[in-house]
Amino acid sequence: MAKTYVSATINGESAEFLCETQQTLLDVLRDVIGLTGSKEGCGSGDCGACSVIVDDRLVCSCLMLGVEAEGKSITTIEGIANGDTLHPIQQKFLEYAALQCGFCTPGLIVATKALLDENPNPTETEARYWLAGNLCRCTGYDKVIRAVMDVAADMRGETVA
Amino acid sequence: MNYIDSSLKVVGTRPIRPDGVDKVTGRAVFAADTRASGMLWGKVLRSPHAHARIVSIDTTKAAALKGVFAVVSGVDFPEIASEEAFVGEGPMNFRDLSLNCMARDKVLYEGHALAAVAASTQAIADEALALIEVTYEVLPHVIDVEDAMAPGAPVLHADMFTSGVSPKPEKPSNIAKVVTFKKGDVEAGFKEADVIVEGSYTTQPVHQAYIEPHACLASYAPDGQVQIHTSTQGHFMVRAYTAKLLGISMSNIRVNPAEIGGGFGGKTLVYLEPVAVTLSRKSGRSVKMQMTREDVFRASGPTSGAAMTVKIGAKKDGTIVAAQQVLKFQAGAFPGSPIGPGCMCGFAMYDLPNVDVVGYDVVSNRPKVAAYRAPGAPITSFAVESLMDELAIKLGIDALTLREMNAAKNGTKTHYGPVHQNIGFTAVLDAVKSHPHWKSPLKEGHGRGLATGFWFNIGGESSAQVHVNEDGTVTAATGSPDIGGSRASIGMMVAEVLGVPATAVRTIVADTASIGFTFLTGGSRVTFATGMAATQAAEKVVEDLKRRAAQTWDIPVEAVEWKDGMAYPAGSNAGAFEPLDLAALALKAGRTGGPILAEVSVNAQGAGPGFGAHICDVSVDKETGHVKIERYTAIQDVGKAIHPSYVEGQIQGGAAQGIGWALSEEYIYNTKGQMENAGFLDYRVPVASDMPMIEAVLVEVPNPRHPFGARGVGEVPIIPPMAAIANAIRSATGLRMPDLPMSPPKIRAALDAAG
Ligand code: FES
Ligand code: FES
Repeated sequence: MAKTYVSATINGESAEFLCETQQTLLDVLRDVIGLTGSKEGCGSGDCGACSVIVDDRLVCSCLMLGVEAEGKSITTIEGIANGDTLHPIQQKFLEYAALQCGFCTPGLIVATKALLDENPNPTETEARYWLAGNLCRCTGYDKVIRAVMDVAADMRGETVA
Repeated sequence: MNYIDSSLKVVGTRPIRPDGVDKVTGRAVFAADTRASGMLWGKVLRSPHAHARIVSIDTTKAAALKGVFAVVSGVDFPEIASEEAFVGEGPMNFRDLSLNCMARDKVLYEGHALAAVAASTQAIADEALALIEVTYEVLPHVIDVEDAMAPGAPVLHADMFTSGVSPKPEKPSNIAKVVTFKKGDVEAGFKEADVIVEGSYTTQPVHQAYIEPHACLASYAPDGQVQIHTSTQGHFMVRAYTAKLLGISMSNIRVNPAEIGGGFGGKTLVYLEPVAVTLSRKSGRSVKMQMTREDVFRASGPTSGAAMTVKIGAKKDGTIVAAQQVLKFQAGAFPGSPIGPGCMCGFAMYDLPNVDVVGYDVVSNRPKVAAYRAPGAPITSFAVESLMDELAIKLGIDALTLREMNAAKNGTKTHYGPVHQNIGFTAVLDAVKSHPHWKSPLKEGHGRGLATGFWFNIGGESSAQVHVNEDGTVTAATGSPDIGGSRASIGMMVAEVLGVPATAVRTIVADTASIGFTFLTGGSRVTFATGMAATQAAEKVVEDLKRRAAQTWDIPVEAVEWKDGMAYPAGSNAGAFEPLDLAALALKAGRTGGPILAEVSVNAQGAGPGFGAHICDVSVDKETGHVKIERYTAIQDVGKAIHPSYVEGQIQGGAAQGIGWALSEEYIYNTKGQMENAGFLDYRVPVASDMPMIEAVLVEVPNPRHPFGARGVGEVPIIPPMAAIANAIRSATGLRMPDLPMSPPKIRAALDAAG
């Protein structure tokens, strides 16, 4: 089958790739481009392990076709840190031990970034509903939510008690 | 050495884990993230039928498809004789496992593997699967455990005769085995009772639901060398099973444990690895396989569903005099439900004079069960702890007091044999009593429930190495896959012994060719047993370093003291020397005996049982039947928390899984025996908005058999939630919910029935 040429921006760099029409953006990221930080937990939009940000919108990359990336700007987990300086969200996840196996972690961090970009001052309930699309089977979400609330306060320049 | 009463600098603190940065940046390499040169994609053809004879499999068209390099089915695998396997967690039979990986004559559940292909792309592999022509003779099937036990039920295995009964039955049945435990005289006990309560309970099979589907990459080279890269709780287990199932010697198989995206017991078997190796052998190329989420639900895990009855008799003052339990656990298509632990754990929290427990291990046309966190204990405890609540109500005694009165203590002989020693159950109940949650008044419309749980924990065989590198930094290697932060806890114990900061020790998981045998990660054993091996290896290194310092200074080794990561002359008599740190000693290694390292292998005993108690407040929406968890507190004796954050994390995560088990998770079958909810949309695990914060309270009653006092912590927290929630619902509504999950339709129906 003929492949389609796609040109997009991935983690701030221009990226060009050829993909088959049925390939999802997740397949393209993992198998064509080699960015394996985004994970496949379900392939059906139910777990959020594949979360990426496409032009400021949080998206399950398993639900989007690779060809739909044409002209778009995509941020994956690999693009969250600034060089070797971790993003405050990443740092806070580490400090709070907000991960155990770490398989859901890339998706949760990307989703948290999207949350705080849109709403820098979420309530706990808002954070919980925003992250409800990101399944974590290990942590029970407690430390995840604490990390999110704390990093949100940090990024607003406040400190929580 | 024992550090239980020492002042500790590293153990008990909360450093950032060694694999943390990799996991927050996407660098961590999980099994599906690997590739190999010339790699093919392997896929499995699965049965659409719950029970059928395979009349024929024609793979001609699939094999002829361009881009297909191998097609295999049952005939490509050696026929394995029936033989008990003690390789994974829980009972297993090599023949059953072989047939579970690839069916031969019959398929026994929807999703059962019966053929596989390797192709250059995933799309071609899918196309090839569709070209395999299978003729089935569909057979009657049975799903429910009690239906499977009934006379006249379709029999899955013509050669299965119930074991554990005499005389041996004359006819085969679906009851694989009967387990019994007796203590005292239960009939006499019930005669003494003033009050007797009884109840029947059911639980549904639930899946471990690790977010990472099973995946592996295998290569079979022309010289017979096999490499497997896989997501597993035990790479030595994968090696042993693959060797046995394929007739390959262990020395020709090297298994690399990838980062593992959750397991909870579900990754203590093999599903894909023997298939991938066979496809690789046939195609001459490396083969990568990964399950879809649907495959994970239909063909791996879950744990048993069960039907149970419990009867408890007590004196008016609350003293329990007799307890009886009948447990029927469904095992899936092959024997091996956790009926043993189910029979052991239900009553083990209590000091009971007369106990009688009978358990049945029953096969039916469902996926073969796999271990799930404290296998069996959550099921049996749901029944016992629900009935304990009824007993408390009937006696008019507070739920905590009833448990305190009957609590197992040091010296209590369990009904399954061992005598409890160094247990912390009383300390846990004390912590319940003094906890603000327990003391707080109930809010209007809320209900409160309490339930407890017991898990015996295991030790076993583990190997660990500690290396002082040429520059004085430290690497610790073990054979235990890290499923929830054990690299952190192991590195911390090593750091404590060496007297260096936690960050100075890098902990890794070594592959099967690089370290001594280590039993799989399960039974809450890693921090206990592997931690013990690592601690002893670090102690050996310290002894060696002292010897090297003594040699350098030309003084007797007894005159050298090790403190804060440095060798000092012990007192002024020993001489005046500048202390030598790890870097200085490493620099001199060539002149003091060569490389500095130690490997220790242990068969750790004395794991130390764990006890927990959970307090739960709920509200029930009478209109929708929805149960909301308003407040949740999980209290547990952890021995000694090496890294408290990860101990809390285990408790919070276990409680969350228990909450899913209690309220929403279940396998739903249609009349053809096909699972109707094989995806996260319809199989509902708790999401962030379902959950409250979970307060984890760590009670530390040291386990004297571990150098730092640790006991296993990972399994206990999944045991109490189901009964704690059922008891809270009872408190809020007056309804006793004996059947899991306590989902909105069931609550609604119960509310309607109650008028
Ligand atoms: S893999 Fe995309 S949502 Fe699960
Ligand atoms: S840390 Fe394992 S799924 Fe979230």
